[in-house]
Amino acid sequence: MTAKSTGPTKGILAWGTHLPYRRLDRSTIAAVAGTGGGKGMRTVASFDEDATTMGAEAARAAVGSVNGVSPGSIWFSTVAVPYLDKTNATTIHAVLRMSPDVAAYDAIGSVKSGVGALRAGLSGDAPALVVSSDLRSGLPGSGDEASGGDGAAALLLGSSTDGPLLAEFIGRGVATEEFLDRWRVPGDSRSKLWEERFGETRYAALAPAAWAAALAAATVQPGDIDHLIVTGTHDRANASVARSLGARTEALVDSLAATVGNTGTAHPALLLASALERATPQQIIALVVLADGVEVLLFRTTDALAAYAPLHTVAEQVAGGGSITYGRYLAWRGMLTVEPPRRPEPPRPSATASGRSRDWKFGFVGSVDGEGEIHMPPSRLDPERRAMAGAYGTIVTYTVDKLSYSLNPPVVFAVVDFDGGGRLPIELTDVDAAEVAIGARVEMTFRKLFTSDGVHNYFWKARPIRDGHADKGAN
Amino acid sequence: MASHGIKNRVAIIGMGCTRFTEHWDKGLDDLLIDASDLAFRSAGVTKQDIDAYWFGTAQSAMSGIALARPLQLEGKPVTRVENYCATGSEALRQACYAVASGAYDSAMAIGAEKVKDSGMQGLNAFPVPNDGTSRTLTAAAMFSMVAPAYAQKYGVDRADLKRVLARIASKNHANGAKNPLAQFRKEMSVDQLCAMPAVAGDLSVFDCAGVADGAAAAIVVRAEDAHRYTDKPLYIKALSMVAGNGSGLMDPSYDYTTFPEIVQCAQDAYAQAGITDPRHELAMAEVHDCFTPTELVLMEDLGFCERGTAWSEINAGSFDLDGDLPVNPDGGLKSFGHPTGASGLRMMYEAWLQLRGEAPEERRISTYGKRHLALTHNLGGYPGEMVSFISILGTELD
Repeated sequence: MTAKSTGPTKGILAWGTHLPYRRLDRSTIAAVAGTGGGKGMRTVASFDEDATTMGAEAARAAVGSVNGVSPGSIWFSTVAVPYLDKTNATTIHAVLRMSPDVAAYDAIGSVKSGVGALRAGLSGDAPALVVSSDLRSGLPGSGDEASGGDGAAALLLGSSTDGPLLAEFIGRGVATEEFLDRWRVPGDSRSKLWEERFGETRYAALAPAAWAAALAAATVQPGDIDHLIVTGTHDRANASVARSLGARTEALVDSLAATVGNTGTAHPALLLASALERATPQQIIALVVLADGVEVLLFRTTDALAAYAPLHTVAEQVAGGGSITYGRYLAWRGMLTVEPPRRPEPPRPSATASGRSRDWKFGFVGSVDGEGEIHMPPSRLDPERRAMAGAYGTIVTYTVDKLSYSLNPPVVFAVVDFDGGGRLPIELTDVDAAEVAIGARVEMTFRKLFTSDGVHNYFWKARPIRDGHADKGAN
Repeated sequence: MASHGIKNRVAIIGMGCTRFTEHWDKGLDDLLIDASDLAFRSAGVTKQDIDAYWFGTAQSAMSGIALARPLQLEGKPVTRVENYCATGSEALRQACYAVASGAYDSAMAIGAEKVKDSGMQGLNAFPVPNDGTSRTLTAAAMFSMVAPAYAQKYGVDRADLKRVLARIASKNHANGAKNPLAQFRKEMSVDQLCAMPAVAGDLSVFDCAGVADGAAAAIVVRAEDAHRYTDKPLYIKALSMVAGNGSGLMDPSYDYTTFPEIVQCAQDAYAQAGITDPRHELAMAEVHDCFTPTELVLMEDLGFCERGTAWSEINAGSFDLDGDLPVNPDGGLKSFGHPTGASGLRMMYEAWLQLRGEAPEERRISTYGKRHLALTHNLGGYPGEMVSFISILGTELD
């Protein structure tokens, strides 16, 4: 059944996704930019999110949705790279509070790196947590700005001996070729495109061989495909390749173009998660990725899929979301320079202090004293640690601060009491000041507070619980 | 283990205070020279007569050298003191203990802050290298959470409470208008104050302390020596200090309507001074009105009125200049201004003037001549995490 019938069956053990809360209505773009825009919505990463924080949220959802399986390695892919030289995957490693013997690697820089990491994760000797995350944009009014989206997806990959597989990896095909369709030099804020027809013809020429190889490896026919994902950054090529593969029309999986946009590096895994959410056991999912060549991966869902309930489904997140104006989107993206706060810029966080408080800063771990009181940050005098990242809380009181330094004033700040004990005054995010209310329910989310001297200051904020899992934590 | 205090063992024999304002033309050295000179002349001594110095500044300078150099002190012990916004009070506390111990015959406590050189509005904390996880909320926002909590707990309408808070500011503006040393010397009506836009919670800029440069100083000697310098010394009746451990921020039972550090501090201070009925034994109080909700809660935490009644007592004028217990007769932090290192000593300066009958007629407290104890209360930090200082001063050795 597997591509190579040596060793145990490989496949997907868990998945998790993260879509940012904010949505840009594409119809608002042209009024400002004079051109561009279009129909539908795209997701917009908050001013306090980057590829690492979104990836961490998706990874938390994946790991939190499955019991007892721990990865041997973490792989992180993005084009919107928070750090060069320094590994970004180690931040996700710390958020997940992985043990030091779990490896963490970046596979970054090209859109294709996401599917590459996915392939690598399916061939390792231990479970691999493959996290892909991206922020997509272009110059104001551009097609990339309108069609792009921000988001992240994480797949926990491994073998049937690691735990129940939700989908088995049954075949693959590859066609690699050097050609120039889209490109960007490091540091540039936009990608450039060759004439569209050239890329379309190259992808069309490469797809049949990769497709045939995958089908042959899995011994399935095009008509057996229940869910067909064809994704890449070339919309016309996606459409024409999808039509050419011989799969049933109704098998084509929604590209989320109208609701999310194309999340670049993250999109193959995001659409795979979206398809898995809708799939039933014993169905075949084909993932075709057009990125400087063609990658085909085939999966067959298992009976275990029926019992899997991911935190934050793609569908729930697509249905949620709050609006953002185009002006604020541009400001968040650094495309519109707005007046900075007239307060001292925060100093860069100390590497040594951050290293010592790793469990607190990245893992949101508190401590419990002898009388059961929870201390956040943790106290060295306390006998017990307590992981708080997954705890839900209730807003006891709050305030709106127009004076404090913020990249997105005003700061909304709340005193949060956690279910099961513990209180922390903490900043809220993904919220409009006017909608905050005492008694509202919140969950913790990993964010970037600010960047100083090039150091991203990662820490946690609270945000309103908005989707279907809200009741899980309700008193 | 006990807090014994040093009641009647130390006396203030001279004080000085600069105007608190935006001193664009004066640096820290100028402020220190001005305030110390006023204090030396007040006591009729020179810098050579002072055996030791305690210099309070929150973040304008470091080490005793920052005082010894501008004053050109020769071979004197000078200690720099810092304890948030209670820094000036802390300098006096150390100086008093040094004299009470017998280590020195005389000591000066001086506090100063040069805040208006930063180019930014408000107070800006000195950044200590850290892990980047500490709160960056302004003090205004932290204290703004008191008002809605108080309104909810005692069933006061939010709009009514806003007028109560404005009345606190209006009273302090009225007192400051009569004070030539105050930063803001303009009366503000409740209606004017209520019309100001909110900047933190429901608080406007006019609910916040003025931000000013300034310095203040006091000279202390053993009580038995005081009359060698002045006929009207102020005796130290109590010096109380509590540093909270931050547990209020993490304690789900904390409701933001009281400051437990201050309640503890007041109990200790009243015990040291032998006060059982502060409302009727004190002639006046200078309290840390960094924000209007702070003064509201302080009236209850300091035992000036029953829990849940401060808002109605304020409306009744109980703490006005002509009220039952005048509070902040000099204008308070609100209109006198708040140079962090100096404010604690500035509060004592008002007690010095009022209890000795040196406050001008139009600012004289209603209790003058009838009672002879004053309380100063100085805090630093936020609800849930603060330091509290209380002094009680008196003109009589009873």
